[in-house]
Amino acid sequence: MADSKAAGGGFLGNLGKIYGGYAGGFIVFTLILAVLEQMGVPNKVIGYCFVILTIGVYAYIGILSRTMDLSEYYVAGRKVPALYNGMATGADWMSAASFISMAGGIYLGGFNALGYVLGWTGGYVLVGILLAPYLRKFGQFTVPDFLGTRYEGNGARLCGVVVLFCASFTYIVAQCFGIGIITSRFLGIPFEVAIFVGLLGILVCSMLGGMRAVTWTQVAQYIILIISYLVPVVWLSTKLYGVPIPELTYGQALDQIAQLETKLGVVKHFTGAFTDAKGQFSWVEFNNFWALVLCLMIGTASLPHILMRYFTTPSVREARNSVAWSIFFIFLLYFTAPAYAAFAKLEVYQNVIGQPIAQLPAWVQNWSQVGGLLTIKDANSDGILQLSEFIINQDIIVLSMPEIAGLPYVVSGLVAAGGLAAALSTADGLLLAIANALSHDVYYKMIDPKASTRRRLTVARVLLVGVAIIAAAVAGTRPSGIIQMVAWAFSLAAAGLFAPLVLGIWWKRTTKIGAISGMICGFGVCLFYLVMTRYAPDDFKAMFGTDLWWGIRNISSAVFGLPVAFVVTYLVSLMTPEPSKEMQAFVDSIRTPGGAVAAGA
Amino acid sequence: MAQKLDTGQMQRYWSKTSRLMWTIFALWILFSFIAPLFAIQLNNVKFLGFPLGFYMAAQGSLIAFVVLCVWNAIAQNKIDEEFGVQED
Repeated sequence: MADSKAAGGGFLGNLGKIYGGYAGGFIVFTLILAVLEQMGVPNKVIGYCFVILTIGVYAYIGILSRTMDLSEYYVAGRKVPALYNGMATGADWMSAASFISMAGGIYLGGFNALGYVLGWTGGYVLVGILLAPYLRKFGQFTVPDFLGTRYEGNGARLCGVVVLFCASFTYIVAQCFGIGIITSRFLGIPFEVAIFVGLLGILVCSMLGGMRAVTWTQVAQYIILIISYLVPVVWLSTKLYGVPIPELTYGQALDQIAQLETKLGVVKHFTGAFTDAKGQFSWVEFNNFWALVLCLMIGTASLPHILMRYFTTPSVREARNSVAWSIFFIFLLYFTAPAYAAFAKLEVYQNVIGQPIAQLPAWVQNWSQVGGLLTIKDANSDGILQLSEFIINQDIIVLSMPEIAGLPYVVSGLVAAGGLAAALSTADGLLLAIANALSHDVYYKMIDPKASTRRRLTVARVLLVGVAIIAAAVAGTRPSGIIQMVAWAFSLAAAGLFAPLVLGIWWKRTTKIGAISGMICGFGVCLFYLVMTRYAPDDFKAMFGTDLWWGIRNISSAVFGLPVAFVVTYLVSLMTPEPSKEMQAFVDSIRTPGGAVAAGA
Repeated sequence: MAQKLDTGQMQRYWSKTSRLMWTIFALWILFSFIAPLFAIQLNNVKFLGFPLGFYMAAQGSLIAFVVLCVWNAIAQNKIDEEFGVQED
């Protein structure tokens, strides 16, 4: 079993050829479908082909990579080269929120939504300079492992697991939601059923092979998601301006949008910075912008499913290089997203608004059927679509744009495959982060330290399936929008984990009690703000006499939790006795790439 | 072969590493927070056909982040070699 294709030197030595051939195969597959479409094959069949064939490929890789080895299951045997770990991190990172919601957010919010673009890239600088190389040197299986070792005991480990669970679970519910939207639309089945169909796609990748399977499917998923994100934008850029580099041409689209805004009487300009609904400068928008950027960036550097990707490289040096590759691969999508949004806006302003409603093309029908995400209501009964009568949800802009712009349906299928790849890959990473923390940190380290390898892997798999089913069930209740749930996850992780991780490496004086108090207080404040403002706004108002503190929306709750975590950790650490000599030697030993890791306490 | 550093060497190694960290950290703040704060003013300037404030938040800062990460990897790898603490 260990010698299956995905393990031997033959596989690792030929990664370039294998994935190159795979990418080529995918392009050929898309071209064949394009030809079939021209020959009259119905759209529905094309949608099916994309969804089922790509999931089939992931399942194939997942099954090939099955393993019964602990190190393979938890950290892919620490054999993943920097470049491929970068791609896997890219897929792990870019979720349904980045792929299917972010450009939609920019479409609706204009400049103010660029906080997502900044926030979801800049965090890698922090990962690279503060954390990844040191966590790799530490060289265990999970992020709570580090907390449990550095802060001597199961107290810190358990706090880490709780934060990890809350953040990752919120995050994974959002992914199941995205998977539900795509499978429901492209397979034509009800949303609630679609979620569970997608779930099979998640489980088949991760259950048998753990981190090893997830890594190699994520590389495959990155290739599909980046191709499918770039194709429609490059196509539109070429169609509109004759240059296939959308990042250069959408400046012109912004100009045209500005002119159309004047014509249509839109007061909130697309490029206007920190404007409210009336187009005026707003301090609330201004504060929310930087608060969101801060929370997303710090969250990046705290989310365990991302940090644990850097446990899989062969060395510290590779981990560091891998961060650079990661941000490069992620950057390719993020600096294209605003172009996607601008082109979609232009198409809607030019070709949808002002049209007779009776003559709107079929995509309007198709999308109106997916759970109220697109509404068209002829408010003034003149039969013409006005801007205010066209309400589109941010979660379907990316998926519907190829149809809105009149591109062949094969492009829609391609985008669906990409969105699915993004959602599945992130869901897998998260699922593994949760199940590993529960099976390794809670079960093995706290409940049954004598458990056999076989038993540990069985427990890990049972937990994986259990968590996945619960997440899908919660997603079926449609708790909130994708991007909002994801932003909450970032805030929760940032408030709970950033301070103990960073201080644990960079400040030797951080003590066990200090770190634990910091985590509890920081995470507590963040969770309190989030839950109260979301679920008990009246009580919150009664308590503080205001809806939101300084108008900061709860997607940026960590703005309050973070400083609390740092201040509490600092003060309590100074009040408690200095960590032992052994612990300080341990910190020294993870600061240098070479040499052994000291035993700690 | 990686050497075990004595206390003095370790201090010098770590202060060099820290200096690199703080330099990149400062630039990170510049591109993450300072540049976007001036978006309104920058939007009056055109750059490659874009309002500059929008451009920075949509592309400019992102390019800077990639450069910072690459720079960190190269510079830190060099520091490791200088002190002989790179991996075998």
